[in-house]
Amino acid sequence: MNSLYYQKRLSRNIGDKFFTSLSVICALIAILPLIFLVTYILIKGGSQITPELFTLEPNPPGDDLDAGGINPALIGTLIITTVASIIAIPVGVGGGIYLAEYSKGGAFSRFIRFGVNVLAGVPSIIAGVFIYALIVSTKILFGSMYSGLAGGMALSILMLPTVIKTTDEGLKLVPNELRYASLGVGASMYTTILKVTLPSAFRSIATGVVLGIARAAGETAPLIFTALFSYYYITGFGDLFYEMGSLAVLIYNFALEPYDAQNKLAWAASFILVLSILSVNIFSRILAAFTEKTKRV
Amino acid sequence: MEEKLTLFKNRKRFGIEKNIDIIFKNTALVLSSFVAIILLGIILVVFFQSFESFSRYGLKFLVTSEWNPVKDEYGAFTAIYGTLVTSFLSLLITIPLGVGTAIFITEDFVPKVFREIIGSFVELLAAIPSVVLGLWAIFVMEPFFRAFFVFLHNFFGWIPLFSTEPTGRNSLLAILILVVMLLPIVTSIARDSLNQVPKKLRNAAYGIGASRWKTIFSVILPAALSGIMAGVLLALGRAMGETMAVTMIIGNSNAFSWSLLSSGYTISSMLANQFGEADGSQVSSLFYAAFVLMILSLVVNIFAQWLVKKFSLKY
Repeated sequence: MNSLYYQKRLSRNIGDKFFTSLSVICALIAILPLIFLVTYILIKGGSQITPELFTLEPNPPGDDLDAGGINPALIGTLIITTVASIIAIPVGVGGGIYLAEYSKGGAFSRFIRFGVNVLAGVPSIIAGVFIYALIVSTKILFGSMYSGLAGGMALSILMLPTVIKTTDEGLKLVPNELRYASLGVGASMYTTILKVTLPSAFRSIATGVVLGIARAAGETAPLIFTALFSYYYITGFGDLFYEMGSLAVLIYNFALEPYDAQNKLAWAASFILVLSILSVNIFSRILAAFTEKTKRV
Repeated sequence: MEEKLTLFKNRKRFGIEKNIDIIFKNTALVLSSFVAIILLGIILVVFFQSFESFSRYGLKFLVTSEWNPVKDEYGAFTAIYGTLVTSFLSLLITIPLGVGTAIFITEDFVPKVFREIIGSFVELLAAIPSVVLGLWAIFVMEPFFRAFFVFLHNFFGWIPLFSTEPTGRNSLLAILILVVMLLPIVTSIARDSLNQVPKKLRNAAYGIGASRWKTIFSVILPAALSGIMAGVLLALGRAMGETMAVTMIIGNSNAFSWSLLSSGYTISSMLANQFGEADGSQVSSLFYAAFVLMILSLVVNIFAQWLVKKFSLKY
């Protein structure tokens, strides 16, 4: 009779309702713990933030009264990530340029692209193991074993696939007309790349690279037996060749300490790490959305 | 006319510019081959370092679970079992949750603004460092689930998986924190592949009278399946290699137990725990374990790539 109208009791409609609520429940189960996690880290960590935190050295565990600050770890993270970027960005951008601009889709470039994906899937601790075998245990860096430099190298292995991929994909999005125009007025290939294609892909490449750096800054596994950890201020250039602390390793070490003061320091370090990583992410997302809008116009 | 032609013929680039061009190209070529060099380097270095242990224990290393630096006896079965169990069980929980969430985001149950907020929030979570998740797991998740684990043991203790008295950190907690970690990956990849299913397919299904979920189950999901599968495999690779959060919450014990409520080990947590202090043949055995981990994750990753390549051009 009313077959044109929506019938609640129809088995297909009941089934639909059931599955709809199931997917809503899935989403809730997935989202709620995640919201809880982020707010907990921000509140718990944020409440530990004091000005001394940024200036003091951490006290060795056992001193239950005052844990000190995280200054060496903070600076260490900045240094190690910088070392990693100095290695990974030129190599990655150069490799990406070759893949996007020079290669003609032959066996070599297919192999490299495949290798990039495989390298991106290599567990981060394997990068640490590799650098340990290659650099730390052989003392190849002027006789120093664990060092900030070795830690930076381990991180650069993790950054490299991201940088190559974003460069490759960013350059591929540049319209060919630009290349033809540049080559047509007599520019050589490298001028075309450096003056035309690279600048026009700059923003997307930069976004990807910054996201890669942010990810590397939070990596711990490659650092625990390459850079190790240090309680002392970083005073000069020479400290690159010695054990170096980082926020990530500080969180790992101090979370496992039985003392409350050290645990609090770990929460504070997490707050700083998460806040900076999230803000970089959000900022680059907004930037990307903004550029997309302007491009369409 | 004649003069002009010769002028045209002589129009060459300066030597320097030509050379720079060649140098630039070759530099880029060398830089791009770094990827291959590093990848091969990793495989070779880890293999050769593990050679001593490999020649001594052979494949027995994979099935014995004694790890005794004093007696110089090594077998990684506990760690390998732990790696496989934690990664597979966590995926088992993650897949329905992640795909369900992805469907929720791609369908129009709630206004688009909310869906986009949820989507980007989930993606942001993938950026949280795993060491921070580990910290959270130690201080928030473990106390939260303690009573539940006691309940599990009391009522389901007859199942080998829950047969031990829960005491603090254990494999089940590691599985749960892995779920938190994998959810963003599975959800965002599943969402992307669901979004890539052409609108035509959906409209065609609606047009012949299929209900919403009939459409999802018989049209949308099958069409997006290869993408989702690839995402699941990537997540599996991630789960097997994940180190920090697992190391902090799994309890790190090499005593083998079927039970998820006892503390366990994974290959990566064993590496994280012992590598710094190991010496002698223990180092070689750790490299052997690292080699096993690398092969596992390489196989999973290569299979995922093959899957993407094979099925991605279907529509």
